[in-house]
Amino acid sequence: MTATRPLAVTRPLAVTGPALPAARPGGSPGARLPRLLSGISAERMAGLPGHERHYGPLPEVARSPGRSGNRPRGLRPERLIDIVEAAGLTGRGGAGFPAGRKMRSVAAGAGRPAVVANGAEGEPASRKDRLLLTRLPHLVLDGITLAAQAVGADEAYLCVHGTDGAVLDRLDHAVAERRAAGLDPVPVQVTGIPGRYVSSEQSSIVQYLNGGQGKPTFSPPRPHERGVNGKPTLVHNVETLAHLALIARRGDRWFRGAGLPSAPGSMLVTVGGAVTRPGVYEIEMGTPAGQVIMLAGGPAERLQALLIGGYFGAWLPAEAAWPVPMTHAGLKAAGGALGAGIVIALPAAACPIAETARVVRYLAQESAGQCGPCLFGLPALADALAGLAYSGGRDRGIDDIAALIQLVEGRGACRHPDGAAQLARSLLAAFPADTHWHQRQGPCGGVGRAPVLPLPRDEERHWDWE
Amino acid sequence: MTFTLRVNPIACTGHGMCAELLPEVIELDRWGYPILVSPAVPRPLLAHARRAAQACPTLALLIEEKAGKRR
Repeated sequence: MTATRPLAVTRPLAVTGPALPAARPGGSPGARLPRLLSGISAERMAGLPGHERHYGPLPEVARSPGRSGNRPRGLRPERLIDIVEAAGLTGRGGAGFPAGRKMRSVAAGAGRPAVVANGAEGEPASRKDRLLLTRLPHLVLDGITLAAQAVGADEAYLCVHGTDGAVLDRLDHAVAERRAAGLDPVPVQVTGIPGRYVSSEQSSIVQYLNGGQGKPTFSPPRPHERGVNGKPTLVHNVETLAHLALIARRGDRWFRGAGLPSAPGSMLVTVGGAVTRPGVYEIEMGTPAGQVIMLAGGPAERLQALLIGGYFGAWLPAEAAWPVPMTHAGLKAAGGALGAGIVIALPAAACPIAETARVVRYLAQESAGQCGPCLFGLPALADALAGLAYSGGRDRGIDDIAALIQLVEGRGACRHPDGAAQLARSLLAAFPADTHWHQRQGPCGGVGRAPVLPLPRDEERHWDWE
Repeated sequence: MTFTLRVNPIACTGHGMCAELLPEVIELDRWGYPILVSPAVPRPLLAHARRAAQACPTLALLIEEKAGKRR
């Protein structure tokens, strides 16, 4: 509860380098970043006055007209959605859905919408959302307020893990500061949700806010159709909302001044594993994965692969991964996934099969246990992977893993089994020599190494549903 | 109008009735949960599919009607 892992090292370095696509007019690449992280100061936590000094005041959004006779002041709500859409902002929580389009469909839904900011970073290897919430809470809260006004919401929630006391305290303080300043027309309710992996999935959050246990639900209805209290509900990741807070201040053209035309803006990445300066970094969308590793100080030892996208992501051999642009399309084309921007460097001396087996075991334990193929399939997949890692392919081999991947994929109410399946499939694709060696010879020297992929300690985890 | 089968995997508890009543389209996996071999229901099997959906003890087998190609 009180034992929080050390905050990620934050070195909001600007990405510079030759591998970036040709610079657009408007300055050198290095001048564009950092954006979100520019307000982070090592000396002080950003209070509201410091936040406003650094990023500028919260832009005013006009209330829906006709309330009083007065001409509404500020940005019209529809105009704000237009700007977000023109900026090309996509969700930074993993799915990468266009943020403006989501806002438009929620705004057009039946009844007054609700807004949910998802700050319950379920990925054990990701630290970016926690960094934003603890160090730049007002940027996130600005984004929530703006999103709520843009879609005409009358309820707003900021959901974080209920066990993370430090984050909850920080946010309560920030919300109180804003209330005192009269900043948020739609009050933001900070809500602690269960600390389970699947509870940060958007339908789980909605289900929890509606009085459930925080488990995924069958769709339709999707949250944007019928979510919190039956309202059309806009669920955005907290980083997405922080970008929105800056886009509302600086405009869509400014946002597009970084990144690629097809994937504009910047994004936060969490870099870990065998790099010399692990931590959270802000990069331009489209930065090659290898450059992200260099930004984090470069390899700490010889690397064999990168895990990009977290535990719903994919392994890519280091050489193949190096030039791959950090965009959804770029990683998809390379057989991977961008996810929430996690990059973990796997040293040559580690065993990717043992690493994958541990993570899939964790994912199996984190299942909500609602859908049979996930409930039975993920433990079976974890067993098969552990068998290959630790006892060779005597009884369970590559074919069994491949068959189990097929049996779990696409067969749950949420994407939990799909994520585990993708990770396992990428293991078979990225390491054919290793998997066949294990199958023939048994465990390699790497299985005894300390694990590279981070997982929460057992005593930090929540094993039961309330 | 096209008819598509869907399983609500949360509701499904693996009774397996659907595979008995609609073996042309539904198989069971090694744990007894249905696998839709082809989600689209061929016209001649529509009555059987409806019967399978009604027979499901947890009402987890759904037949979705879609007008034309678009949803």
